[in-house]
Amino acid sequence: MAMRPVLSVVGLRRQYGKTVAVDNVSFQVAAGEVVGLLGPNGAGKTTTISMILGVLASSGGTIRIGGTDIVAERSRALARANFAAVYAPLPGNLTVAQNLHVFGLLYGVRALSQRIDAVLKQFDLQALRHVRCGVLSSGEQTRAGLAKALLTRPQVLLLDEPTASLDPATAHDIRVKIRAYAESGAAGVLWTSHNMYEVEEVCDRVLFLSHGRILLEGDPKTLPRKHGKTTLEDLFMAVVREPLTLGGGSSCM
Amino acid sequence: MHVTRVAAVVLRHFYLLRGSLTRVVPLFVWAAVDIVLWGFITRYLNAVAGAKLDFVPALLGAVLLWDFCGRVMQGVTTAFFEDVWSRNFLNLFATPLSLTEYLVGLVVSSTVTSAVALVVMLALATGIFGLSFFAYGLTIVPFLLMLFLFGVALGILGSGMVLRLGPAAEWFVWPIPALVSPFVGVFYPLSTLPPWMQHLARLLPPSYVFEGLRRIIAGEAAPASLLVTGAALAVAYVVLACWVFRRVYHHAARSGLLVRYSAENVS
Repeated sequence: MAMRPVLSVVGLRRQYGKTVAVDNVSFQVAAGEVVGLLGPNGAGKTTTISMILGVLASSGGTIRIGGTDIVAERSRALARANFAAVYAPLPGNLTVAQNLHVFGLLYGVRALSQRIDAVLKQFDLQALRHVRCGVLSSGEQTRAGLAKALLTRPQVLLLDEPTASLDPATAHDIRVKIRAYAESGAAGVLWTSHNMYEVEEVCDRVLFLSHGRILLEGDPKTLPRKHGKTTLEDLFMAVVREPLTLGGGSSCM
Repeated sequence: MHVTRVAAVVLRHFYLLRGSLTRVVPLFVWAAVDIVLWGFITRYLNAVAGAKLDFVPALLGAVLLWDFCGRVMQGVTTAFFEDVWSRNFLNLFATPLSLTEYLVGLVVSSTVTSAVALVVMLALATGIFGLSFFAYGLTIVPFLLMLFLFGVALGILGSGMVLRLGPAAEWFVWPIPALVSPFVGVFYPLSTLPPWMQHLARLLPPSYVFEGLRRIIAGEAAPASLLVTGAALAVAYVVLACWVFRRVYHHAARSGLLVRYSAENVS
């Protein structure tokens, strides 16, 4: 399944003073693949995503998006990525359509009006088109953020807990849409979530981060059994409570 | 530089202005109040001084020009603050938008908003108090340009200060024009100032504008050296401001402040 990498992270490191938040992390995401980035709070997931998005400078390592280095050719690399995260809602003082228009121009989306119509329909936001994002419910804001993320048809889609504030039915619907987007072969998706059932349903591969290092990597359906656990959630608990018994703390490619 | 990305920054501020009376009214109200206040003061001074000196071009014209510089600065900083207030840094700086494009977008937004203020001030100063820009001749064009550039530089420096020190630092930015005005001789010749203030004044482009303005009102021509020095300084300030903003941005990205901006400090 995994073909050309759309995201390549090599030896990524981030240090705050003496604290190492991300330590020699390496992985790739291929086109058509959904990769889960898992780990307890503070493991380094959001720090890793922030570095991929270029809003946090790394202390070492390289990041390539669609083969383009994020440091050397920042604009070109970021034009191929997009993200949605609960901690980065769209500006609340603009309407959904206005926000999509502004971000569409920032990313240079062609035939923008038609594309805005398409994502509004895709995320069931047509009725909220002229509503300011600040007055949307948290679930609606999440959908608006996802519409912004997919507006640009990114090669690399970064989703930080994208279904955290959605009801189960909407969350399922979103998972299906993201999965379909990845399967169209257009993009690789890096997905963080604390919902292990969701991860099992959506992800082709998972990376377990603990204390800034990749501890385990593999297929979410088979990985638990390989480590003597019944479910992915059991494995997650083990990563949190007894990380030293699970891996050598080495990076994975 | 991509024009569409600059247009996106400008469009965002247009959307905000279009839907908000609280943003549109301050564009011209305080400047208008200033013109009315100083218009009556100059009228009173003219009555007291008799025909010896016309305070309208000397004082009201200077107030108008200084207000214009202040409006340009506030145009840049307010456009920047909109991204601070709506916690938009993460969304914005994770796009292909370059820092140059962002700053140009802020300056274009400010050009539009400060032009609104200038038109209102001119209408009041001309219509009610008889000020005419024609009295200054064509030299008014480089004067306006220098003040515009200096306002841009102050706006970018102020934005950099807020990016570095956190959202609460915006209160350091608003009084900047008032802090600078005693040094640049808006209301009096630089020779009035003590020597140490005169030394500082020579480093500030508006000093050259207001000295030139007084020369013209006295019936002389503004020396070319005055215009060239003032313009060169204004350009230098813009370059310096952009350099400072870039340094501050990279510091914020390195330290992690950009992704935790609401914390104001990452240490």
